[in-house]
Amino acid sequence: MAEEAYEDIPGTQVFDAKRSRKGYWLNMFCMSLMKDENRKAFKANEPKYLDEHFPHLSPEQRDAILKRQWNRMLELGGNIYYTSKLGATDGLSFQNLAALMTGSTQEQYAAMMLAGGRPPAGNRSKSEWQSRG
Amino acid sequence: MAKLLAGVTTSHVPAIGAALDGGKSGEPYWRRVFAGYEFSKKWLAEMKPDVVFLVYNDHASAFSLEIIPTFALGCAEEFPIADEGWGPRPVPVVEGHPDLAWHIAQSTILDEFDMTIVNKMEVDHGLTVPLSLMVGQPKTWPFKVIPLCVNVIQYPPPTGHRCYMLGKAIRKAIDSFPQDLRVVIFGTGGMSHQLQGPRAGFINSEFDNRFLDKFVADPVALTKIPHVDYIREAGSEGIELVMWLIARGALDDQVKQVHRFYTVPASNTAVGHLILENTH
Repeated sequence: MAEEAYEDIPGTQVFDAKRSRKGYWLNMFCMSLMKDENRKAFKANEPKYLDEHFPHLSPEQRDAILKRQWNRMLELGGNIYYTSKLGATDGLSFQNLAALMTGSTQEQYAAMMLAGGRPPAGNRSKSEWQSRG
Repeated sequence: MAKLLAGVTTSHVPAIGAALDGGKSGEPYWRRVFAGYEFSKKWLAEMKPDVVFLVYNDHASAFSLEIIPTFALGCAEEFPIADEGWGPRPVPVVEGHPDLAWHIAQSTILDEFDMTIVNKMEVDHGLTVPLSLMVGQPKTWPFKVIPLCVNVIQYPPPTGHRCYMLGKAIRKAIDSFPQDLRVVIFGTGGMSHQLQGPRAGFINSEFDNRFLDKFVADPVALTKIPHVDYIREAGSEGIELVMWLIARGALDDQVKQVHRFYTVPASNTAVGHLILENTH
Protein backbone atom coordinates (compact mmCIF):
# COMPACT_ATOMS: atom_id res chain seq x y z
CA MET A 1 0.00 0.00 0.00
CA ALA A 2 1.32 3.43 -0.92
CA GLU A 3 2.26 5.67 1.98
CA GLU A 4 -0.49 8.12 2.89
CA ALA A 5 0.17 11.74 1.91
CA TYR A 6 -0.20 12.84 5.53
CA GLU A 7 2.90 10.86 6.51
CA ASP A 8 4.88 13.75 4.97
CA ILE A 9 3.60 16.23 7.57
CA PRO A 10 6.39 16.77 10.11
CA GLY A 11 6.04 16.21 13.85
CA THR A 12 2.56 14.70 13.42
CA GLN A 13 1.15 11.24 14.02
CA VAL A 14 -2.20 10.98 12.27
CA PHE A 15 -4.34 8.63 14.36
CA ASP A 16 -5.25 6.24 11.57
CA ALA A 17 -6.17 2.56 11.61
CA LYS A 18 -2.65 1.23 12.09
CA ARG A 19 -1.90 3.58 14.99
CA SER A 20 -5.29 3.01 16.59
CA ARG A 21 -4.79 -0.76 16.51
CA LYS A 22 -1.25 -0.49 17.84
CA GLY A 23 -2.23 1.94 20.59
CA TYR A 24 -5.47 0.34 21.71
CA TRP A 25 -4.34 -0.72 25.19
CA LEU A 26 -2.18 2.34 25.73
CA ASN A 27 -5.17 4.56 25.02
CA MET A 28 -7.56 2.41 27.03
CA PHE A 29 -5.18 2.62 29.99
CA CYS A 30 -5.36 6.42 29.69
CA MET A 31 -9.15 6.16 29.46
CA SER A 32 -9.21 4.27 32.77
CA LEU A 33 -7.80 7.42 34.42
CA MET A 34 -11.16 9.13 33.91
CA LYS A 35 -12.18 7.52 37.20
CA ASP A 36 -10.84 8.98 40.40
CA GLU A 37 -10.42 5.58 42.06
CA ASN A 38 -8.23 4.44 39.14
CA ARG A 39 -6.16 7.61 39.25
CA LYS A 40 -5.47 6.94 42.92
CA ALA A 41 -4.60 3.27 42.35
CA PHE A 42 -2.29 4.18 39.47
CA LYS A 43 -0.50 6.89 41.44
CA ALA A 44 -0.11 4.57 44.44
CA ASN A 45 1.87 2.02 42.43
CA GLU A 46 2.23 2.66 38.72
CA PRO A 47 3.93 -0.58 37.56
CA LYS A 48 1.51 -2.68 39.63
CA TYR A 49 -1.52 -0.90 38.18
CA LEU A 50 -0.28 -1.42 34.62
CA ASP A 51 0.65 -5.07 35.15
CA GLU A 52 -2.61 -5.95 36.86
CA HIS A 53 -5.04 -4.09 34.62
CA PHE A 54 -3.25 -3.68 31.29
CA PRO A 55 -1.16 -6.81 30.70
CA HIS A 56 -1.49 -6.38 26.92
CA LEU A 57 0.62 -3.20 26.82
CA SER A 58 3.83 -3.76 24.90
CA PRO A 59 7.04 -3.41 26.94
CA GLU A 60 7.82 -0.22 24.97
CA GLN A 61 4.41 1.26 25.75
CA ARG A 62 4.70 0.36 29.43
CA ASP A 63 8.13 1.95 29.58
CA ALA A 64 6.99 5.13 27.79
CA ILE A 65 4.08 5.51 30.21
CA LEU A 66 6.22 5.07 33.31
CA LYS A 67 8.87 7.48 31.97
CA ARG A 68 6.25 9.96 30.72
CA GLN A 69 7.77 10.04 27.25
CA TRP A 70 4.93 11.98 25.65
CA ASN A 71 6.12 11.89 22.03
CA ARG A 72 7.15 8.24 22.31
CA MET A 73 3.62 7.38 23.48
CA LEU A 74 2.24 8.97 20.31
CA GLU A 75 4.73 7.02 18.17
CA LEU A 76 3.51 3.84 19.87
CA GLY A 77 -0.11 4.48 18.94
CA GLY A 78 -1.15 6.90 21.65
CA ASN A 79 -3.59 9.67 20.83
CA ILE A 80 -3.27 13.09 22.44
CA TYR A 81 -6.88 13.13 23.69
CA TYR A 82 -6.07 9.94 25.60
CA THR A 83 -2.51 10.69 26.71
CA SER A 84 -3.77 14.07 27.97
CA LYS A 85 -5.71 12.09 30.60
CA LEU A 86 -2.41 10.78 31.91
CA GLY A 87 -1.25 14.39 31.78
CA ALA A 88 -4.29 15.50 33.80
CA THR A 89 -3.51 12.78 36.36
CA ASP A 90 -0.09 14.43 36.74
CA GLY A 91 -1.70 17.88 36.95
CA LEU A 92 -0.58 18.89 33.45
CA SER A 93 -2.76 20.88 31.04
CA PHE A 94 -2.78 20.56 27.26
CA GLN A 95 -0.45 23.55 27.08
CA ASN A 96 1.93 22.00 29.63
CA LEU A 97 2.03 18.84 27.52
CA ALA A 98 2.54 20.81 24.31
CA ALA A 99 5.60 22.50 25.80
CA LEU A 100 7.02 19.11 26.83
CA MET A 101 6.35 17.57 23.39
CA THR A 102 7.97 20.48 21.56
CA GLY A 103 11.01 20.54 23.80
CA SER A 104 10.28 24.07 25.03
CA THR A 105 10.00 25.56 28.46
CA GLN A 106 6.49 26.56 29.50
CA GLU A 107 7.49 30.21 29.13
CA GLN A 108 8.92 29.74 25.63
CA TYR A 109 5.87 27.82 24.46
CA ALA A 110 3.37 30.30 25.92
CA ALA A 111 5.34 33.17 24.36
CA MET A 112 5.28 31.47 20.96
CA MET A 113 1.50 31.07 21.19
CA LEU A 114 1.00 34.69 22.22
CA ALA A 115 3.10 35.75 19.25
CA GLY A 116 0.71 33.93 16.90
CA GLY A 117 1.75 30.31 17.23
CA ARG A 118 3.99 28.07 15.14
CA PRO A 119 3.73 29.43 11.58
CA PRO A 120 2.87 27.31 8.53
CA ALA A 121 5.98 28.43 6.63
CA GLY A 122 8.66 25.79 7.12
CA ASN A 123 6.29 23.43 8.96
CA ARG A 124 4.30 21.82 6.15
CA SER A 125 6.58 19.04 4.98
CA LYS A 126 9.18 16.72 6.46
CA SER A 127 11.61 17.92 3.80
CA GLU A 128 11.45 21.42 5.32
CA TRP A 129 12.39 20.09 8.75
CA GLN A 130 15.21 17.98 7.30
CA SER A 131 16.67 20.88 5.36
CA ARG A 132 16.85 23.04 8.45
CA GLY A 133 18.54 20.17 10.28
CA MET B 1 -43.72 24.32 12.04
CA ALA B 2 -40.16 24.31 13.39
CA LYS B 3 -37.95 26.95 11.86
CA LEU B 4 -34.15 27.16 11.61
CA LEU B 5 -33.35 30.81 12.21
CA ALA B 6 -29.58 31.02 12.36
CA GLY B 7 -26.23 29.34 12.78
CA VAL B 8 -23.38 29.94 15.20
CA THR B 9 -19.86 28.61 14.75
CA THR B 10 -17.21 28.71 17.44
CA SER B 11 -14.09 27.02 18.73
CA HIS B 12 -14.56 24.93 21.87
CA VAL B 13 -11.18 25.15 23.63
CA PRO B 14 -11.28 23.45 27.10
CA ALA B 15 -9.10 26.17 28.67
CA ILE B 16 -11.91 28.67 27.97
CA GLY B 17 -14.21 26.65 30.21
CA ALA B 18 -11.51 26.35 32.85
CA ALA B 19 -10.92 30.13 32.75
CA LEU B 20 -14.62 30.87 33.14
CA ASP B 21 -15.17 28.28 35.87
CA GLY B 22 -12.03 29.42 37.68
CA GLY B 23 -13.11 33.09 37.69
CA LYS B 24 -10.28 34.17 35.36
CA SER B 25 -12.44 35.67 32.62
CA GLY B 26 -11.48 39.22 33.72
CA GLU B 27 -7.76 38.67 33.16
CA PRO B 28 -6.47 40.50 30.06
CA TYR B 29 -5.54 37.25 28.27
CA TRP B 30 -9.05 35.86 28.65
CA ARG B 31 -10.87 39.19 28.34
CA ARG B 32 -9.54 39.35 24.75
CA VAL B 33 -11.29 36.02 24.05
CA PHE B 34 -14.56 36.68 25.90
CA ALA B 35 -14.86 40.16 24.34
CA GLY B 36 -15.59 38.46 21.03
CA TYR B 37 -18.74 36.92 22.52
CA GLU B 38 -20.31 39.94 24.22
CA PHE B 39 -22.42 40.75 21.19
CA SER B 40 -23.19 37.06 20.73
CA LYS B 41 -24.68 36.61 24.18
CA LYS B 42 -27.06 39.52 23.63
CA TRP B 43 -27.90 38.29 20.14
CA LEU B 44 -28.74 34.78 21.37
CA ALA B 45 -30.83 36.11 24.27
CA GLU B 46 -32.87 38.13 21.77
CA MET B 47 -33.10 35.23 19.36
CA LYS B 48 -34.77 33.16 22.12
CA PRO B 49 -34.29 29.72 20.59
CA ASP B 50 -36.38 26.86 21.93
CA VAL B 51 -33.80 24.36 20.74
CA VAL B 52 -30.10 24.52 19.88
CA PHE B 53 -28.88 21.74 17.59
CA LEU B 54 -25.24 21.51 18.65
CA VAL B 55 -22.60 19.82 16.48
CA TYR B 56 -19.44 18.98 18.42
CA ASN B 57 -16.98 16.23 19.08
CA ASP B 58 -16.43 14.11 22.14
CA HIS B 59 -12.84 14.02 23.42
CA ALA B 60 -12.64 10.46 24.72
CA SER B 61 -15.22 11.23 27.40
CA ALA B 62 -18.50 9.54 26.40
CA PHE B 63 -16.87 7.34 23.76
CA SER B 64 -13.54 5.54 23.90
CA LEU B 65 -11.88 3.31 21.31
CA GLU B 66 -14.46 0.63 22.16
CA ILE B 67 -17.14 2.27 20.00
CA ILE B 68 -16.44 5.04 17.50
CA PRO B 69 -19.66 6.35 15.89
CA THR B 70 -19.14 8.78 13.02
CA PHE B 71 -22.42 10.66 13.66
CA ALA B 72 -24.04 10.11 17.08
CA LEU B 73 -27.33 11.93 17.62
CA GLY B 74 -28.36 12.54 21.22
CA CYS B 75 -32.03 11.63 21.64
CA ALA B 76 -32.13 11.50 25.45
CA GLU B 77 -34.17 13.64 27.88
CA GLU B 78 -30.96 14.94 29.41
CA PHE B 79 -27.20 14.74 29.10
CA PRO B 80 -25.04 14.78 32.25
CA ILE B 81 -21.75 16.69 32.33
CA ALA B 82 -18.67 14.46 31.88
CA ASP B 83 -15.78 14.24 34.33
CA GLU B 84 -12.79 14.89 32.07
CA GLY B 85 -10.22 14.16 34.72
CA TRP B 86 -10.72 17.16 37.01
CA GLY B 87 -14.35 16.55 37.98
CA PRO B 88 -17.34 17.68 35.88
CA ARG B 89 -17.51 21.36 34.86
CA PRO B 90 -19.83 23.27 37.23
CA VAL B 91 -22.46 23.94 34.58
CA PRO B 92 -26.15 22.99 34.45
CA VAL B 93 -27.19 19.61 33.14
CA VAL B 94 -28.07 19.75 29.45
CA GLU B 95 -31.72 19.07 28.67
CA GLY B 96 -32.51 17.38 25.38
CA HIS B 97 -35.49 17.58 23.04
CA PRO B 98 -36.28 13.92 22.32
CA ASP B 99 -39.31 14.66 20.08
CA LEU B 100 -37.33 16.74 17.61
CA ALA B 101 -34.17 14.63 18.00
CA TRP B 102 -35.99 11.39 17.14
CA HIS B 103 -37.73 13.10 14.27
CA ILE B 104 -34.35 14.23 12.90
CA ALA B 105 -32.94 10.72 13.41
CA GLN B 106 -35.75 9.12 11.43
CA SER B 107 -35.76 11.73 8.71
CA THR B 108 -31.98 11.71 8.15
CA ILE B 109 -31.74 7.90 8.19
CA LEU B 110 -34.46 7.67 5.55
CA ASP B 111 -32.45 10.30 3.68
CA GLU B 112 -29.62 7.73 3.64
CA PHE B 113 -27.46 9.07 6.48
CA ASP B 114 -26.65 6.17 8.81
CA MET B 115 -26.97 7.93 12.16
CA THR B 116 -26.20 6.35 15.51
CA ILE B 117 -29.02 6.99 17.98
CA VAL B 118 -27.78 7.66 21.51
CA ASN B 119 -30.05 7.50 24.55
CA LYS B 120 -27.35 7.80 27.18
CA MET B 121 -24.42 10.16 26.79
CA GLU B 122 -22.33 12.42 28.94
CA VAL B 123 -21.25 15.64 27.27
CA ASP B 124 -17.81 17.20 27.62
CA HIS B 125 -16.21 20.60 26.98
CA GLY B 126 -16.81 20.22 23.24
CA LEU B 127 -20.48 20.89 23.94
CA THR B 128 -20.43 22.88 27.17
CA VAL B 129 -17.79 25.48 26.26
CA PRO B 130 -19.80 26.81 23.29
CA LEU B 131 -22.87 27.02 25.56
CA SER B 132 -20.88 28.94 28.18
CA LEU B 133 -19.48 31.31 25.55
CA MET B 134 -22.92 32.02 24.11
CA VAL B 135 -24.93 32.12 27.35
CA GLY B 136 -22.57 32.80 30.24
CA GLN B 137 -23.12 31.15 33.62
CA PRO B 138 -26.88 30.60 34.06
CA LYS B 139 -28.55 28.36 36.66
CA THR B 140 -30.21 26.40 33.88
CA TRP B 141 -29.63 26.56 30.13
CA PRO B 142 -32.36 28.71 28.57
CA PHE B 143 -33.13 26.23 25.77
CA LYS B 144 -33.12 22.53 24.99
CA VAL B 145 -30.08 21.07 23.26
CA ILE B 146 -29.82 18.30 20.69
CA PRO B 147 -26.21 17.10 20.61
CA LEU B 148 -24.73 15.71 17.41
CA CYS B 149 -21.41 14.14 18.28
CA VAL B 150 -19.05 13.69 15.32
CA ASN B 151 -15.94 11.52 15.28
CA VAL B 152 -12.92 13.68 14.43
CA ILE B 153 -10.35 11.83 16.55
CA GLN B 154 -10.07 8.47 14.82
CA TYR B 155 -8.88 9.06 11.25
CA PRO B 156 -10.71 9.41 8.97
CA PRO B 157 -13.44 11.77 10.13
CA PRO B 158 -16.35 12.21 7.73
CA THR B 159 -15.50 14.35 4.71
CA GLY B 160 -16.43 18.01 4.61
CA HIS B 161 -18.80 17.23 1.76
CA ARG B 162 -20.56 14.51 3.74
CA CYS B 163 -20.94 16.90 6.66
CA TYR B 164 -22.37 19.62 4.44
CA MET B 165 -24.88 17.21 2.91
CA LEU B 166 -25.86 15.94 6.36
CA GLY B 167 -26.54 19.55 7.30
CA LYS B 168 -28.96 19.78 4.40
CA ALA B 169 -30.74 16.62 5.56
CA ILE B 170 -30.97 18.00 9.11
CA ARG B 171 -32.50 21.18 7.73
CA LYS B 172 -35.09 19.17 5.80
CA ALA B 173 -35.96 17.33 9.01
CA ILE B 174 -36.30 20.54 11.03
CA ASP B 175 -38.48 22.10 8.32
CA SER B 176 -40.83 19.13 8.43
CA PHE B 177 -41.33 19.04 12.22
CA PRO B 178 -44.95 20.05 12.93
CA GLN B 179 -44.46 21.83 16.28
CA ASP B 180 -43.68 25.56 16.30
CA LEU B 181 -40.08 25.74 17.50
CA ARG B 182 -37.33 28.30 17.09
CA VAL B 183 -34.12 26.43 16.27
CA VAL B 184 -30.49 27.62 16.05
CA ILE B 185 -27.68 25.33 14.89
CA PHE B 186 -24.15 25.47 16.35
CA GLY B 187 -21.09 24.11 14.54
CA THR B 188 -18.11 23.93 16.88
CA GLY B 189 -14.40 23.08 16.99
CA GLY B 190 -11.37 24.46 15.20
CA MET B 191 -9.93 26.72 14.08
CA SER B 192 -6.30 25.92 13.27
CA HIS B 193 -4.54 24.08 16.07
CA GLN B 194 -2.32 21.12 16.78
CA LEU B 195 -2.10 19.65 20.26
CA GLN B 196 0.20 16.71 19.59
CA GLY B 197 3.88 16.11 19.05
CA PRO B 198 6.80 18.31 18.01
CA ARG B 199 4.58 20.42 15.71
CA ALA B 200 2.19 21.38 18.54
CA GLY B 201 1.25 25.04 18.60
CA PHE B 202 0.72 25.19 14.84
CA ILE B 203 -1.53 28.11 13.87
CA ASN B 204 -2.44 29.32 10.37
CA SER B 205 -4.33 32.61 10.52
CA GLU B 206 -4.33 32.98 6.76
CA PHE B 207 -6.05 29.60 6.31
CA ASP B 208 -8.51 30.42 9.09
CA ASN B 209 -9.50 33.81 7.70
CA ARG B 210 -9.92 32.42 4.20
CA PHE B 211 -12.08 29.67 5.73
CA LEU B 212 -14.23 32.28 7.49
CA ASP B 213 -14.66 34.24 4.22
CA LYS B 214 -15.62 31.19 2.20
CA PHE B 215 -17.79 29.79 4.95
CA VAL B 216 -20.14 32.70 4.49
CA ALA B 217 -19.92 33.28 0.74
CA ASP B 218 -18.89 30.02 -0.92
CA PRO B 219 -19.17 27.05 1.45
CA VAL B 220 -19.29 24.55 -1.42
CA ALA B 221 -15.65 25.38 -2.13
CA LEU B 222 -14.79 24.36 1.45
CA THR B 223 -16.51 20.99 1.04
CA LYS B 224 -13.76 20.05 -1.43
CA ILE B 225 -10.87 20.43 1.03
CA PRO B 226 -9.27 16.98 1.45
CA HIS B 227 -8.35 15.78 4.94
CA VAL B 228 -4.62 15.98 4.29
CA ASP B 229 -4.96 19.69 3.54
CA TYR B 230 -6.72 20.35 6.83
CA ILE B 231 -3.98 18.51 8.73
CA ARG B 232 -1.15 20.17 6.83
CA GLU B 233 -2.63 23.69 6.72
CA ALA B 234 -4.75 23.86 9.91
CA GLY B 235 -2.96 21.36 12.16
CA SER B 236 -3.89 17.81 13.10
CA GLU B 237 -6.75 18.99 15.33
CA GLY B 238 -7.82 21.73 12.89
CA ILE B 239 -9.63 18.98 10.99
CA GLU B 240 -12.48 19.60 13.47
CA LEU B 241 -13.54 22.33 11.06
CA VAL B 242 -15.48 19.74 9.03
CA MET B 243 -18.09 20.00 11.79
CA TRP B 244 -18.74 23.64 10.92
CA LEU B 245 -19.90 22.47 7.49
CA ILE B 246 -22.82 20.57 9.04
CA ALA B 247 -24.11 23.85 10.43
CA ARG B 248 -23.48 25.62 7.13
CA GLY B 249 -25.27 22.92 5.14
CA ALA B 250 -28.34 23.38 7.32
CA LEU B 251 -28.49 27.13 6.70
CA ASP B 252 -29.79 28.85 3.57
CA ASP B 253 -27.38 29.06 0.66
CA GLN B 254 -27.44 32.84 1.05
CA VAL B 255 -27.05 34.03 4.63
CA LYS B 256 -26.57 37.31 6.43
CA GLN B 257 -23.40 37.56 8.51
CA VAL B 258 -24.19 39.41 11.72
CA HIS B 259 -20.98 38.78 13.65
CA ARG B 260 -17.41 37.68 13.04
CA PHE B 261 -14.58 37.28 15.53
CA TYR B 262 -11.09 35.84 15.34
CA THR B 263 -8.26 35.82 17.87
CA VAL B 264 -5.04 33.91 18.56
CA PRO B 265 -4.52 32.21 20.92
CA ALA B 266 -6.72 30.57 23.48
CA SER B 267 -4.22 28.19 25.01
CA ASN B 268 -3.06 26.20 21.92
CA THR B 269 -5.81 27.22 19.54
CA ALA B 270 -7.00 29.87 17.12
CA VAL B 271 -10.50 31.02 18.10
CA GLY B 272 -12.95 31.72 15.30
CA HIS B 273 -16.60 32.63 15.65
CA LEU B 274 -19.39 33.53 13.24
CA ILE B 275 -23.11 34.23 13.51
CA LEU B 276 -25.09 33.79 10.33
CA GLU B 277 -28.82 34.39 9.95
CA ASN B 278 -31.20 32.84 7.48
CA THR B 279 -33.04 35.55 5.60
CA HIS B 280 -36.19 33.68 4.57
